[in-house]
Amino acid sequence: MKFDKPAGKNAIDQLKVVGKPIDRIDGPLKTTGRATYAYEHQIAETKPAYGYIVGAGIAKGRIEAIHQTAAKSLPGVIGVITASNAGPLKTGRFYADRLLAGPDVDHYHQAIAIVVAESFEQARAGAALLRVDYVKSKGSFDLKKAGASATILNPGRPSTAATAEVSSFEDGFKSAPFKLDEIYTTPDQSHAMMEPHATIAKWDGEKLTCWCSIQQINWGVRDLANILGIDPKNIRLISAFIGGGFGGKGTVLSDIVAASLAARLTGRTVKITLQRTLMFNNTIHRPATIQRLRIGADADGTITSIGHESLSGNIPRGFAEYTTTSTRTLYAGKNRMTQLKLALLNLPEGAAMRAPGEASGMMALEIAMDEMAAKLKMDPVEFRIKNDTQVHPENPKRTFSTRLLVECLQTGAKKFKWESRSKQPRGKEEGDWLLGMGVASAVRGAPIMKCAARVRLSNKGIVTVETDMTDIGTGSYTIIAQTAAEMMGIEINKVVVKLGDSSLPESPGSAGQWGAASSTSGVYAACVKLREKVEQMFGFEPGTAEFSDGKVSVKNKKYSLSKAADSGELISEDEMTYGELSREFAQDTFGAHFVEVAVNKYSCEIRVRRMLAVCHAGRILNPKTARSQVIGAMTMGVGAALMEELVVDTNVGFFVNHDLAGYEVPVHADIPHQDVILLEDLDPTMSPMKAKGIGELGLVGVAAAIANAVYNATGVRIREYPISLHKILESSYNLEENN
Amino acid sequence: MENDNRLKLSRREMIIGTTAAISAIAATKLTSIEAGESNKIALADVSFVVNGKKQHLALDTRTTLLDALREHLKLNGTKKGCDHGQCGACTVMVNGRRINSCLSLALQHEDDNIVTIEGLGSPDKLHAMQAAFIKHDAYQCGYCTPGQICSAVAVINEINSGIPSHVSTNLNQSPILNNDEIGERMSGNICRCGAYSNIVEAITEVASKAVKKAR
Ligand code: FES
Ligand code: FES
Repeated sequence: MKFDKPAGKNAIDQLKVVGKPIDRIDGPLKTTGRATYAYEHQIAETKPAYGYIVGAGIAKGRIEAIHQTAAKSLPGVIGVITASNAGPLKTGRFYADRLLAGPDVDHYHQAIAIVVAESFEQARAGAALLRVDYVKSKGSFDLKKAGASATILNPGRPSTAATAEVSSFEDGFKSAPFKLDEIYTTPDQSHAMMEPHATIAKWDGEKLTCWCSIQQINWGVRDLANILGIDPKNIRLISAFIGGGFGGKGTVLSDIVAASLAARLTGRTVKITLQRTLMFNNTIHRPATIQRLRIGADADGTITSIGHESLSGNIPRGFAEYTTTSTRTLYAGKNRMTQLKLALLNLPEGAAMRAPGEASGMMALEIAMDEMAAKLKMDPVEFRIKNDTQVHPENPKRTFSTRLLVECLQTGAKKFKWESRSKQPRGKEEGDWLLGMGVASAVRGAPIMKCAARVRLSNKGIVTVETDMTDIGTGSYTIIAQTAAEMMGIEINKVVVKLGDSSLPESPGSAGQWGAASSTSGVYAACVKLREKVEQMFGFEPGTAEFSDGKVSVKNKKYSLSKAADSGELISEDEMTYGELSREFAQDTFGAHFVEVAVNKYSCEIRVRRMLAVCHAGRILNPKTARSQVIGAMTMGVGAALMEELVVDTNVGFFVNHDLAGYEVPVHADIPHQDVILLEDLDPTMSPMKAKGIGELGLVGVAAAIANAVYNATGVRIREYPISLHKILESSYNLEENN
Repeated sequence: MENDNRLKLSRREMIIGTTAAISAIAATKLTSIEAGESNKIALADVSFVVNGKKQHLALDTRTTLLDALREHLKLNGTKKGCDHGQCGACTVMVNGRRINSCLSLALQHEDDNIVTIEGLGSPDKLHAMQAAFIKHDAYQCGYCTPGQICSAVAVINEINSGIPSHVSTNLNQSPILNNDEIGERMSGNICRCGAYSNIVEAITEVASKAVKKAR
């Protein structure tokens, strides 16, 4: 089915199941420990061997030798895999990193060996006994230093233009009566999902099956085939449950390559999980950025020029963090300029993490907006509203399909009691605590991708949906079941959903906030076909019957849906593809974040007291799971604002804090009750579902709202994330001295 | 025995396509397994009760309680998030108290009574806390969830038995069940999906019912 005209009324609009806050259908499995994640599959008739990955102890250089005798003589050790017996390996097409080092080492903790043994304990002991001789070479580990020789580049992947200019930014900025010109920095961050990367690999002749934890099954098959040099047809990937991803499990990483190689070389089924301490330097991360924001405005608050330049670093062939994306779409302004620069670094690879580009870009832009509002003596909510635009600022012919940014800001301000915010920074106290409020806008693209699905109707009236879409905690199982139930006119408990298996029809997987809208649209297409088959069975004209309450009817002719499958299961498969609507319209999701913080007067400890997000993100397929996506993202935003930072040791060239004790993420005590308002939105330009994604929108802007609240509470402006208390302490001493 | 191994070896070589490197590895396997057999590691016996069932295991002495549950008893509900006591995903109850099962060796648990997430309830017979987690959508990916639920059940017991926490204002009075106490006591269980706000609601609901019952 091709979607090339805005959607009219269709079966989904009945909203008997879709749009309802239905409990997750996988809830009983997940809450009782019965959901099976990658490492946990029991493979019939095989006792798996255990692999343990050894990471490089240098950041750049060469492996001279890996001494294996001691490891190999340990009881239970089956073998050691290194580059010298692994056979030729290529890289995947998304991540640039080589997933097994040797003889060259490209980054710290890059996998250099896999020890395989009969038990986990034996493999780990064997790994500890490997002795490695390295020859170190000099590397580039300091973003600031490397920035001097950085190139303005076309990142190529993804194909966002590196530079964009409208009118004349420099002239416009020079002549603006009010100007802001500041530098903001964001640190390297880690996905730190709770389930470590893990794979069980098994070969049957040429066929390779991997039970793994991969968000985009189709990319996984493609990349694994490319890396191992085998036919993708011989690969089957299974990821029925994924313990979080946030972009960190987009496609193939070292665990799956290691397990596949180990299984091939030992002839055993091999299971491998990346040990937590390896994840931070072995895999990918959100790269650090240095961003310069310049905003010029008239006295009435109209932005006349806006410029955003951004520097990030990466390994060769890695891409730039495209932080300027939001700046290009969010606010009006005649003169505009954005530019991305990429420096060469020999740290681990930087790649997509939840709202790549937009999350770190908005961490800078939305502080800049707050600073500019202060310069103009305008309310920051008002300043943002003043500069809203209904057409794309770079191309006025392109309108937004739907855009209620102003309503998000207004609704939020009212609900949050924004009017009680002190207009002066450091204007509100409560005992030892300084109180402040902050706001930020949110914007995130609403991509939608081709997705296929198969639906089966049994004579028991059960509809089974099959697609290789994944559920990384987003609620895919549930919203797909809701879609099929709505389309076939049955209750949700009559739907079975099978996901995360490359032998099922291809989906674009979970990434880029496209999963929900894309996968449900694919299921919609398959269900339309199934409805036609059912109508045919009952002798109805296609497209004329009503499907509801398990019945199919035209006027007073009525049959049970299950009857259509009396003489055998009915099976339909289709995919949803897309025409030009996404080019014609700018399709985005919008939101506003409001935060109240308390900062201790003496210790400068920061506590988040209240949080509210207002989102405008297409039809909400399930308000319960959508809300969870948003509060989860808000939580990650608290981490980004206040604590998350991979600390780079620029001598050795690695992230020092590479475990969950050192890389701090928010815990229960850091998070207050969170409120979410989902504004009604139907976007007919997206698909017949009229839905968009929301999981990344919820993160964009949160950190800046917190930074702005801290400023409002203390009068201290921190432009270097994370806003740890020592930065406030230092600055407030300076403030006092200057006063 | 030896012959068997050789047979296996040559079949494996055929499957994987022979190169010098590969046979080197396979040959390694042969010798190291022989070496291993002559130098077999000592296994130690341990018995404990898991979810009401007596278990006898012969384990490598290095096996953690977590791996004994997951790899030996196939009770995979208890999760491994870090193996270092930093995340809480492996929380189980031992003799009524919660512990991080990755931080203790299985052999330390002779005769202990262990309850895991599987022992609290099953999909058709949910524990009240499991049901509340579903109702409040107190999870997303589900990987931290078994640990959160085991901790939550234990936290209510801790508060009810008067065990104070860092945020308890008065050590001489029984702690009260409020958001601060729940937040503090649950902070050893990381949820990267960020379901905290919902988890607190689920716990509060179960706890207030438990208190009512007790009255
Ligand atoms: S696995 Fe035990 S605390 Fe993380
Ligand atoms: S539900 Fe995913 S980590 Fe908690």
